[in-house]
Amino acid sequence: MKIAFPVAGSDLSAVLDARFGRAQRFLIVDSDNDTFELLENGSNVDASQGAGIQSAQLVIASGAKALVSSHCGPKAFKVFQVAGIPVLQAPVASIAQLLAKFKAGELEAMTGPDNAGHMG
Amino acid sequence: MKELVVLSGKGGTGKTSLTAAFATLAGRVVVADCDVDAANLHLLLAPILRDTGTFQGGKEAIIRTRDCTACGLCASLCRFGSVRESEGKFAISHCEGCGVCVEFCPQHAIDWVPAMTGTWMVSDCPTGRMAHAHLRPGAENSGKLAAFVRKLAKEQATETGSDLVLVDGPPGIGCPVIASLTGADAALIVTEPTPSGIHDMERILDLTRHFGVDTRVVINKFDINLEKTQRIRDLVSGRGLGWVGTLPYSPLFTQAQVEGKPIPLAFPDAEITERIRLIWKETKTWIER
Amino acid sequence: MKIAVASGKGGTGKTTFSVALVLANRDRARIVDCDVEEPNAHLFLGGPEPVVETVRASIPVVDGDLCTACGACVDFCQYNALALAGSGGLLVFPELCHDCGGCIRICPNNALTEGPVSRGTIETKIIGGDLELVTGRLEVGSPSAPTVIRAAIARAPLLERETTILDAPPGTACSFAACMLAADHCLLVTDPTPFGLHDLALAIEAIREMSKPFSVVINRSLGPDDLASVFCRDQGYAVAMRIAESREIAQACSQGKTLLDAIPGIGQDLRDLLDAILETRATEVSG
Repeated sequence: MKIAFPVAGSDLSAVLDARFGRAQRFLIVDSDNDTFELLENGSNVDASQGAGIQSAQLVIASGAKALVSSHCGPKAFKVFQVAGIPVLQAPVASIAQLLAKFKAGELEAMTGPDNAGHMG
Repeated sequence: MKELVVLSGKGGTGKTSLTAAFATLAGRVVVADCDVDAANLHLLLAPILRDTGTFQGGKEAIIRTRDCTACGLCASLCRFGSVRESEGKFAISHCEGCGVCVEFCPQHAIDWVPAMTGTWMVSDCPTGRMAHAHLRPGAENSGKLAAFVRKLAKEQATETGSDLVLVDGPPGIGCPVIASLTGADAALIVTEPTPSGIHDMERILDLTRHFGVDTRVVINKFDINLEKTQRIRDLVSGRGLGWVGTLPYSPLFTQAQVEGKPIPLAFPDAEITERIRLIWKETKTWIER
Repeated sequence: MKIAVASGKGGTGKTTFSVALVLANRDRARIVDCDVEEPNAHLFLGGPEPVVETVRASIPVVDGDLCTACGACVDFCQYNALALAGSGGLLVFPELCHDCGGCIRICPNNALTEGPVSRGTIETKIIGGDLELVTGRLEVGSPSAPTVIRAAIARAPLLERETTILDAPPGTACSFAACMLAADHCLLVTDPTPFGLHDLALAIEAIREMSKPFSVVINRSLGPDDLASVFCRDQGYAVAMRIAESREIAQACSQGKTLLDAIPGIGQDLRDLLDAILETRATEVSG
């Protein structure tokens, strides 16, 4: 199963980026064999509005079946909710650590957005 | 890092003077002037420019006259009234950048070019770094420019190890206000005891509640109308918001402007400076909670 | 004839002045409050309960049966107001939508139709039987201030009046421009402070770009040699009126009184002011 992590780094030692919509890129990890690919967040980093919405679409299109994130705004959360993809809340830690937590079933799905929307 | 945005709804309540005073009292702080179409903070904080650049907030449509057959489709499609006809020729001004005319022009005679929205600046002030901007007069996308100024300020705070960003917001409740407010840690509303002050404060309190930002209120010139000051206190406590700060009417607000300094620097021993210091202390305790 | 009353800086007394101007000329002027983010003229004019109309805009509504999730609309939208949510289909975010209508036209499957959304209200009333006030009011949280401003200005007048006074939004951004583009003359209200002067210069820059005639009203004036007066004299800008700084006037206004209550004789000055603008206009048009 593929899982998406917002990161600033580029491998499993990278640390989770606390910003979802404005993360540099996403690490899409296959939890079955620990392989990963990188997905650049491109122009969304500087988008003036709707960065979270665009990033959510990017993650969904990558085939990921879950997102691991520290935070998620209301609009991005809605996109994931409608797509049926859970947002698993996690502290800022290395992706390798978070992957282990995920496999141990220690990451819980958020039931709603946890911060106010950003227009900017 | 904490981000405090100072707003007012109504203009002219002393928001910028108070922000500048807070910056002086806070010591190491980064300030962001998000009132990008009528920026004033630089008149008080003596900035020395470090870096500047142009800001392109989106795209705008421009008709290539030589390829235009004057069919008028763009004018009928534009929902913003931006396409104008004069003596059989069509031209676009104050484009909202939606791209509809560009896409549907049957002659493909409309160019889609980056719009110059304004200029951004990062400066050094005695209080620390400042991010500010100048909107091209009448330009669209003031909200985008305000958001960009905030982003610059946060970068500067990270770079200089500041743990506070003070945002001087624009008046009103529209795009640039929303761009200055969303995702901030706290909002301080500066109002005054007048019919407009109260009306506008209620609208801005609706907005901060809408975006879920923790909010407090300061009443400037509280002594020009004690009855309305009480009315503001009642409204604020009715909304379940805590402590309200008060400042008396003081001509030193304008005199400090004339000297081009924040009030605590221009008049360190004045009573108004002492009052502002107390309000800053309360505010600091509140946002650091 | 539309006269916009504007100011770069907020809080210079723009609304106080607009209200006095229309009250003194109520037999020949009406007023439209275009400061839709924070409309205040009604607070000073009072009058009966207004007739309220909704300013509607069109946002896309998705027909799930026709939508193939091709993404053409998502790619087109400049405001990120549309999103594809995997198997969940297409989502619309009305608060980001600028109502341009592009997505509806671009959809190859005709899966989008126009649905109404409220962006604000237009409140109309007649005060004392002869004074028309139109108030534009932006819905809290909506980004579409210019839409509401244009709707307020376009509202068909109830009373036939030679002049419409537009109480403009502060600043020099798109809301200000939306109001100013409709005006024939602009009165810029400033105060003689460094902030006021700085923002007056910005507003003049914006107005000159639109080639609109303007004159300056100096509120809280400290006399013919205050900062604003000297600036206008040096630059050759016409000063239409000066209102003296006075704590009594400030207090009267804080109680909801108007300049006509606070300053004896100002009514005639405000009639002369309108005469002068109308006269200049007539010369410009015929000349």
